[in-house]
Amino acid sequence: MQLVLEKRAERSTKIAIASPLIAIALTLVTMSILFAILGKNPIAALIVYFVEPLTDSFTLMEIAVKATPLVMIAVGLSLCYLANVWNIGAEGQFIMGAVCGSYLAVVTNGTDAGPWVLPAMLLMGAAGGALWALIPALCKVKFGANEILTSLMLVYVADLIMDYLVRGPWRDPKGMNFPTTASFDPVATVPTLFETGRIHWGAVVALIVVALATVMLGRTIKGFEIRVVGAAPRAARFAGFSSNRLVLFTFAISGALAGLAGIIEVAGPVGVLQPGISPGYGFTAIIVAFLGRLNPVGILIAGLFLALTFIGGEGAQISMKIPLDLTKVFQGILLFYVLACDSLILYRIRLIATAKKASHGVA
Amino acid sequence: MKKLMMTAAAAAVAIMATGFSATAAEKLKVGFIYLGPIGDLGWTYMHELGRQALVKELGDKIETTYLENVSEGPDSERSIEQLARTGHQLIFTTSFGYMDPTLKVAKKYPKIKFEHATGFKSAPNMGTYSGKFYEGRYIQGVIAGKMSKKGVLGYIASFPIPEVISGINATILGAQTVNPDIKLKVIWVNTWFDPGKEADAAKALADQGADVIMQHTDSPAAMQVAAQRGILAFGQDSDMIKFGPKTQLTSIIDNWGPYYIRQTKAALDGSWKAGDTWDGLKEKMVVMAPYTNMPADVKALAEKTEAAIVAGTLHPFKCPVLGQDGKAVECKGGANLDPGQILGMNFYVKGVDDKIPGK
Repeated sequence: MQLVLEKRAERSTKIAIASPLIAIALTLVTMSILFAILGKNPIAALIVYFVEPLTDSFTLMEIAVKATPLVMIAVGLSLCYLANVWNIGAEGQFIMGAVCGSYLAVVTNGTDAGPWVLPAMLLMGAAGGALWALIPALCKVKFGANEILTSLMLVYVADLIMDYLVRGPWRDPKGMNFPTTASFDPVATVPTLFETGRIHWGAVVALIVVALATVMLGRTIKGFEIRVVGAAPRAARFAGFSSNRLVLFTFAISGALAGLAGIIEVAGPVGVLQPGISPGYGFTAIIVAFLGRLNPVGILIAGLFLALTFIGGEGAQISMKIPLDLTKVFQGILLFYVLACDSLILYRIRLIATAKKASHGVA
Repeated sequence: MKKLMMTAAAAAVAIMATGFSATAAEKLKVGFIYLGPIGDLGWTYMHELGRQALVKELGDKIETTYLENVSEGPDSERSIEQLARTGHQLIFTTSFGYMDPTLKVAKKYPKIKFEHATGFKSAPNMGTYSGKFYEGRYIQGVIAGKMSKKGVLGYIASFPIPEVISGINATILGAQTVNPDIKLKVIWVNTWFDPGKEADAAKALADQGADVIMQHTDSPAAMQVAAQRGILAFGQDSDMIKFGPKTQLTSIIDNWGPYYIRQTKAALDGSWKAGDTWDGLKEKMVVMAPYTNMPADVKALAEKTEAAIVAGTLHPFKCPVLGQDGKAVECKGGANLDPGQILGMNFYVKGVDDKIPGK
């Protein structure tokens, strides 16, 4: 006997929506088993993970802070993935956005520069991310280079460029050689929304991004083009859509969004440019994009959900002494189930009897 | 009736009294923020051992919590504040990069006591503490100078902050006392904990001819590489002898337990003040692992050096200290460099074959 994955003839929309929910349910069951093995009460642990963070304004704001970069990056990535363009390097675009935007903050540091600094920083951040993303896009269009590899490899290049700058020319002269720039001036800082808490205007920008992406995908020719090129490349060619132009377009947009997320993060909650500004947001956003069904609103929900697991995981460490590793296991299991459920929507498993020759091997 | 009311009142007082005593007996919550995983066998592991020693000593009066793998980026401020919000009254943040986040949270929660390791900023409710690790480095330098056959030492460095630079300088100053021509090669790995990178650096140093390897990073990876190559090495943070039974010469052990116990006791009896603690071999915040894999005369020399540092008759940064250019550095502390010069050290001494990154 042999297991074979067979493509299903049609797919049901209902199941497509249900799939991530099934994945989440399966994750919760698996996690409960893991909690029980660790000797913790699964119900109590799940409450600490998923309910407690929602009952308190501090943790709610922190969820928003954490979700902001994830959502912005993931929306950009979803445009790529819908068009069958595989940008894996959002982490690098995030960093280059942070670097390009920070340039202004560093050169104006300590001067009495006006309120133009922050908007200019945001523009430069978006431009930096977009230009960085256009490198793999151009390599793909001009030379047919695999964008998965090139975009991923540029992450490390971006990381090293930032490393060089904060250790060298941009280092805070008063920072005891620690690799960090001087703290940004108030005019170079994204303001917080409220007196207390760290939630900042970046969260509002993320919501605007979600709204714009929804409109673009649902109501514009460009959105239609993205979906057609992704779903039916041949049909798209007949319709006169250029897949090369679309590669450049989606990479530029997703790079710009990642770059914007980068500079907002640095000018917001971090307040300086330093190594480690991203605990892997660019990669986690890939999970968010797929968990959100490559749909902007879905991504918003998925981003908030993943942020909840981070904050809840921290709460679980504090109140139930549940190790941090379990939060990571959790996110891994979640992605695994999402992909598994997706496969089962598109494919079905069939047992096929194999030739006699193979069955001899069992003995 | 009157009697009944009095009984009721007495009962109420009694209930309130027990209520109050229950509050008084409530355990002090002590929180720790860790940079790495508790299983790094290095920096974080030693803070964790310190926490465990604290629990052993004061377990009936306190309750401890730790958050591990807290990156020094934007997450750390939230993690520290989470501890502050969940009733922790004394919070230790155990890495340099938590300095500004700790300061921010300390200003927001003036009634909570904060202790930040290895930094230089403080507040009325935020003290700092660190070890004089350069004392141990100096002893290692003496040993390495004796044990290196090729006269080349390999040093895996993390970040060019003063603590790391003073460690490099103390090492070569110690080595020069026994071998004036000793060479010290430095590789910067730009991380505190990355076993892969640390191992690569150790291999590169061995390939460049270094036959004694030392490190200012937190995993035993370099020790394992040295063991494979059949050369010698020093452990870091903890006793790493089991990773190189025939390799480890000694190890600088960070011994945080006594400090954590002392500060927690002070918090319990109300005498806690934000201090600036900088203890070394004498106070046993820095402890040397047994001297192994060396001949008796080298061991005796190491022990003699250690005893002299403890007694205060030997200071690793005794003036004159020559800079890389061979000129004596200004000596602000009379006979020795003053603590400020060591805590802010940003120059190499003569003989270091490297350039401080970004300088």
